[in-house]
Amino acid sequence: MAAMIEQTLALLDDRPLATTAGGRPVIELRGITKRFPGVVANDRVTLDIFAGEIHVLLGENGAGKSTLIDFLAGLQQPDAGTISVHGRSVEIGSPAESLALGIGTVFQHVQLVTSLTVLENLMLGGSSWRLLRRQPAIERFRELSDLLGVTIDPDVPVGRLALGEQQQVEIMHALWRGERVLILDEPTSMLTPQGVHHLGEVMKRLRDKGVAIIFITHKLREACDLGDRISALRLGRLVGQIDKTELATMTEQQITDRVVDLMFGKEPSDHAARLALDNQNARPDPNRIDRNAPPLFQLRGVATAAQPGECAVHDISFDLWPGEVLGIAGVDGNGQKHLAEVLAGQRTAVAGSILLGGADVTQGGVADRRREGISYITDERHGEGTVATFSVATNLVAKEIGTPPLWWGGISLWNRIHRHAREQIQRHDIRTASERTAIGKLSGGNIQKVLLARELTDRAALVVFNKPTNGLDLQNTQLARERIVEGAARGVAMIVISNELDELAAVGDRIGVMFRGRLTGIVANDDNANRRISLLMTGAGA
Amino acid sequence: MRVLLPVLLALFLSGAVLLVLGKNPVAYYDDVLTRGLFNWGGLQATITRMSPLLLIAAGLVVSFQAGIWNLGIDGQFLLAAVATAALTPVLVGIMPWGIAISVSLIVAFVVGAAWSVIPAFLKANYGINEIITSLMSSFLGTSLASVLVKIPFRDPTTSVPQTLVLPVADRLPRLFGSTIHSGILIAIAAVLLVHVLMTRTAFGLKLRIVGANPRAGAHAGLNVAKLTFATFALSAGLAGLAGGVEILGVQGTMRADWNPAYGLLVVPLVFLARFHAVGIIGFTLFFAVLMIGGESASRRVGVPQYFVPLLVGMLLLFLALVDFLDHRRRRLMKA
Repeated sequence: MAAMIEQTLALLDDRPLATTAGGRPVIELRGITKRFPGVVANDRVTLDIFAGEIHVLLGENGAGKSTLIDFLAGLQQPDAGTISVHGRSVEIGSPAESLALGIGTVFQHVQLVTSLTVLENLMLGGSSWRLLRRQPAIERFRELSDLLGVTIDPDVPVGRLALGEQQQVEIMHALWRGERVLILDEPTSMLTPQGVHHLGEVMKRLRDKGVAIIFITHKLREACDLGDRISALRLGRLVGQIDKTELATMTEQQITDRVVDLMFGKEPSDHAARLALDNQNARPDPNRIDRNAPPLFQLRGVATAAQPGECAVHDISFDLWPGEVLGIAGVDGNGQKHLAEVLAGQRTAVAGSILLGGADVTQGGVADRRREGISYITDERHGEGTVATFSVATNLVAKEIGTPPLWWGGISLWNRIHRHAREQIQRHDIRTASERTAIGKLSGGNIQKVLLARELTDRAALVVFNKPTNGLDLQNTQLARERIVEGAARGVAMIVISNELDELAAVGDRIGVMFRGRLTGIVANDDNANRRISLLMTGAGA
Repeated sequence: MRVLLPVLLALFLSGAVLLVLGKNPVAYYDDVLTRGLFNWGGLQATITRMSPLLLIAAGLVVSFQAGIWNLGIDGQFLLAAVATAALTPVLVGIMPWGIAISVSLIVAFVVGAAWSVIPAFLKANYGINEIITSLMSSFLGTSLASVLVKIPFRDPTTSVPQTLVLPVADRLPRLFGSTIHSGILIAIAAVLLVHVLMTRTAFGLKLRIVGANPRAGAHAGLNVAKLTFATFALSAGLAGLAGGVEILGVQGTMRADWNPAYGLLVVPLVFLARFHAVGIIGFTLFFAVLMIGGESASRRVGVPQYFVPLLVGMLLLFLALVDFLDHRRRRLMKA
């Protein structure tokens, strides 16, 4: 370990301290091409990554960002093109080789072993035959703590850290064997607004120390705030770049316009998405809901019981009127999942009552709730929302199994099931080869369309959305949001759980905040909402 | 190709083993085929052997498709066999034959199913791995069956511990003057019924959803615990039925040391047939030929009886290997 660190430090001494765009790039990608059957994931991408710059990669889902990152992280190899690190042409055959080159990648989801301590996690990935030595590791840990400007106890199990801190450990892990290049793949999606802010500080600090950062995001605002250079990918091609000097002269609005032009092209069909983006800050009319009418849906002191590792909810009460959209904000893991499941009938309430149209519906499972008009769109599209190996048609009816008209006395009427699926595919513009295609082969956006089709039926009176746009690109995000707004206009009540405040601000009439299993407050969606929500999210406003 | 290549490889390698032992492999294989398939007596024995295998396979299809590993087949099979062997000779004396046989078969199903309640309960309520619990319950069931034969159900007039013997005239009727008993019809019907159940009914679809993704099942509001019990009951019940049919069709009595141990043999067959009814019938036929033909061929060529399991093991190994390589080749072609 000590030898390795010395080696690393020696390498660091060689590092050109160039922080200007004029220096030699740390990584040069030249003509990178990767083909999959029927798709070109990367088409002759040529890109330079400079030390001391935050290089933002923007693009829709399927634009080729992840594939490009996989090459640098050693998870895939390009079909054609070359990668040079510090001017030396390299082949990155495995994640270990990538780390050895000083390229560290932090993926979207935390990939640490939660039962091991911070230090143990950082020491993982050394040679398996060498003894773990604490002293050099601690030294390296202190060094990186200083570099990141964070204070974390190295001997605490990772599972006990907050998500933001876990991410800092991930960043340390990525930089452990040399701090040259740091790749961050959508790092902000799991964080609180404060967490995002802190991450931004860490990124700037690392940049100022000369680290090259590749930052992948869907969020234009983050790109504008943090990026020194923005590259946009579309359909596997690099379609444009805005460099440092140019960025400095542009306003945020100009940057956004440019980027949207690059990402979507200038085709008229994409106009809707662009317009919608421009209107992202519009809030719903505060007087839209008639609160003198009796509420459609009432929760009274609802609580659930937690398994180890879960966050239960306690004493949740609120009213919801027809056509109202109630946003639920909060950092992941503060009871949102249990709230959604107890509403959907997927989890039993251990206390309290649930009233729909004045009638008590506390008892009863998913099937009963659906009959009463409550449906639930889960955030785990793959984990529980669908059965990946089963057909689109089967997944479309997964919550109706055994009920007429698609079943007759328990016998599956496959002709009708497939016909039903073809209608839904047509109506909801689901892009699939056929209704018999395994749903796992569809893109995330199309799987979400299947779930929307399944849950937003004519019968639905209340729909619970758990992170409806998680992992979706801008167009599908916009589509999901439109569905929420349309449904609300028809009088369907909506509960939208999300950790993106912009989203809640765009669709919510009121926004509630979950903290440690409690609903710590419900605020009207006005101009002051964001600040109050941020406070409530950390428990400060409780 | 996926079936033929591994068969050839297994035959080739086993033949090499025979050569090393100084025996003539061609004579051995020739004997297996004539004795197991191309000889009327052998063919009858082969088809008779298929009945319990098919019934067990039908049960395993249900459980594997539902994602449940019922490995307690042997215990379920033997306990049902004891119940049938003890009950039927008494029943035929007090009620019409048809009713007695029907009651016995129902009892066989119920006893088999009952022996799966403990693993089902542990799985449904506490999520305890059913591979362990069903396997353990199988050991218990095997021993319990032997105890039951030796103590409460023993025929006092015999020197070896065994139950009362069901007269040949009262056993399952033979088909068309052959030695094949009508259990094969029950078995084929069971395989086909299970196929229809799994592919054409709401119940089967629910089981398959829970099998493929239990969390999706819970999300869709399926009662996973209830389905777990149903799966175990069906799967173990069919294993029990296999035991009952074997007693009523072939044995007529149960000896304390009798344990054909078909359970774990059928497991790979079900996978190789990819849960498909026709495939299962085909593979079962093939294995029954090997078992029947192999037994007599070993005697004639002068190799130990253990050579049959060797051949079977070799075959399974190559089938799995070829399947794996084929799968990987396809994946590579796709990537």
